[in-house]
Amino acid sequence: MPVFEYAPAPESRDLANLKPSYRPFIDGEFVDGGGEPLKTVNPATEEVLAEVSTASAADIDTAVKAARKAFEKTWGPMPGSERAKYLFRIARLIQERSRELAVLETLDNGKPIKESRDSDLPLVAAHFFYHAGWADKLDYAGYGPDPKPLGVAGQIIPWNFPLLMLAWKIAPALATGNTVVLKPAETTPLTALVFGEICQQAGLPPGVVNILPGAGDVGARLVGHPGIDKIAFTGSTEVGKLIQRQVAGTPKRLTLELGGKAANVVFDDAPLDQAVEGIVNGIFFNQGHVCCAGSRLLAQESVAEELLDKLRHRISTLRLGDPLDKNTDVGAINSAEQLTRIRELADSGEAEGAQRWTSPCPVPDRGFFFAPTVFSGVHQSMRIAREEIFGPVLSVLTFRTPDEAVAKANNTPYGLSAGIWSEKGSRILWTANRLRAGVVWANTFNRFDPAAPFGGYQESGFGREGGRTGLEGYLSV
Amino acid sequence: MSAPTLPAALADATRDDASLRRFLHGLPGVDQVGVEARATALATRSIKKSSKLWAIDTAISMVDLTTLEGADTHGKVRALTAKARRPDPERPDTPQVAAVCVYPDLVATAVDGLKGTGIGVASVATAFPSGRSSRQVKLADVALAVESGATEVDMVIDRGAFLEGRYGEVFEDIQAVKAACGDAHLKVILETGELVTYDNVRRASWLALLAGGDFIKTSTGKVSPAATLPVTHVMLQAVRDWFTTTGELRGVKPAGGIRTTKDAIKYLVAVHEVAGEQWLTPELFRFGASSLLNDLLLQRRTQHDGHYSGPDYVAVD
Repeated sequence: MPVFEYAPAPESRDLANLKPSYRPFIDGEFVDGGGEPLKTVNPATEEVLAEVSTASAADIDTAVKAARKAFEKTWGPMPGSERAKYLFRIARLIQERSRELAVLETLDNGKPIKESRDSDLPLVAAHFFYHAGWADKLDYAGYGPDPKPLGVAGQIIPWNFPLLMLAWKIAPALATGNTVVLKPAETTPLTALVFGEICQQAGLPPGVVNILPGAGDVGARLVGHPGIDKIAFTGSTEVGKLIQRQVAGTPKRLTLELGGKAANVVFDDAPLDQAVEGIVNGIFFNQGHVCCAGSRLLAQESVAEELLDKLRHRISTLRLGDPLDKNTDVGAINSAEQLTRIRELADSGEAEGAQRWTSPCPVPDRGFFFAPTVFSGVHQSMRIAREEIFGPVLSVLTFRTPDEAVAKANNTPYGLSAGIWSEKGSRILWTANRLRAGVVWANTFNRFDPAAPFGGYQESGFGREGGRTGLEGYLSV
Repeated sequence: MSAPTLPAALADATRDDASLRRFLHGLPGVDQVGVEARATALATRSIKKSSKLWAIDTAISMVDLTTLEGADTHGKVRALTAKARRPDPERPDTPQVAAVCVYPDLVATAVDGLKGTGIGVASVATAFPSGRSSRQVKLADVALAVESGATEVDMVIDRGAFLEGRYGEVFEDIQAVKAACGDAHLKVILETGELVTYDNVRRASWLALLAGGDFIKTSTGKVSPAATLPVTHVMLQAVRDWFTTTGELRGVKPAGGIRTTKDAIKYLVAVHEVAGEQWLTPELFRFGASSLLNDLLLQRRTQHDGHYSGPDYVAVD
């Protein structure tokens, strides 16, 4: 019998308008950075995409000064209704250029085009639209009659959702009247720099948004800079702790959105086929490079085996490969370093006695790829149940009673998200009340909306992004 | 009343009305939002070039070319059989359709028109499309079809009985029809548009499989909504789960409202990824359609010729 072989359906990479070099965006202009230039790589092919000029200490000074000046002279004093116009304009420009940005994001990050096109970019635009709506309504947001912006926000974002994390940081900061110095991740700076072009197109006053590519040292200098009033960081718990130490004792405000090891709890009365979809979406979306990924599946023992069979069947249909192909479900791991880390942790799972199952999907010879992997027979004491793997690796644990499910789900240093699968409303509410996580999804997973606050407990950080609560992080209230 | 091949747990489920109800209501629920989201997401697969051509040919070979009108005549059925034999006269390499589907009184004409082709003759028996008659009448309907030479019988279930929770009655109806079919294949029409919820679709699917239906079919084509992608997803999950439990392969047939090649390909992708590639054969998947075939033929020509030829280039029968 013939097999249904889908022909390759690649999106054109020309749409990305890729340039050979990119430069920092400071005070409304693209300028040569004084730092050591870096090369950004397409993780799916390992080819160098572009050379990126990075920021030196002097560049950071210039950017912070520009942001301060813009805050004092133009952006801060501007009426909210005027700021809203700029934000709406940015949102519309993002929509207009969304194909270009989606392709560029996929080239630089390795995520499948269908995700950058259908998830990332619509959400990026939505965040700007949503926060544009808030800009002139802050007096009515419940923070008192006249909440004030903080000043200059230093923002550091990760490589898993380069443009979306930029939107999560920049949109609320600008809506509330702050100005911004943002450092994109070392491996994925390109879309952030194209966002600089969008700021120019929108006629945003110089200095309101500054974008400084670079590695951890640029981030550290930014965090330590005395001209910054607020630090917002999304990234690893390890770096988050360093930042918290560095900021301690200074007047700087801080929000941290860090790692996670979310439990996805499947009760025996769950809609199993949809639970399987939710589990797949929870851990294999964006190759598992999601801080709120549902990386620990907690399955009730009475359905665990059936659920696992269905899950393996489903995972076998995931198509791994060229991220620009519209039929690709799982793209490339963002960097060689991350791939090494995933491999190391997966090997530890095997060494500790968990049963490893890997999808039989073909894996490309070139590029950084890791086939979807499921560990069953996992226990809370194993590394793969405790540490964030940040890759397409699912750890499956079982439980017998709702109390045990809650106990195991909460038995983690993290607390960013959780999922519950049950057809019984009362059980969903009972469980949700007991899970210590910033977001609890019921019968779905990895759903985002600009109006829904997002953030963590414990080692997953503090502060919220999105919604009315998210505005508070950028206001003096 | 259970079939001998069933594993103990399933055989037990059909012991009496109460166990049947317990079993059907014990099946995992279907989350409406989830199944619709999955169906929408899977429908965005990009199929082109060689895979599209393969999909078109496969879809043609799965078509049950259908005419089910009060105004059907022997002439209309003869025209349809001619089309089934040679869907595209200018392109003899075009695959034949799977079957021609007519009312029982026209089966003999269809059989005659398809002699020697290997194309099946399907007939909608059992008081189609409402299913509202006595079992006696339904069985007489089936007998007429089978005696006239139908190789496939498409029966409708009594949706009233199902919705009233009289599962045992529906089960026995299907069993009785299956017995009356003899060697003919039995397709059980659930009329999912009248069952409304996905939970009901899943229960009715299992009921039909337990009672021995060779195929589960979405619709009569007389009720809106007819076939939809999410409903077909639920039914594909049912036959896949049935295979996992019993090792038996049963088929799925969406019918009604599938008119374009683009739609047909979305269904094939669902067959491929929800049930598995084993189901990508006319033995296990059919399209109940009358106008779909022409669009498939036009798209087939477009793929081969590199340009679109227009509706006047295919037969309108």
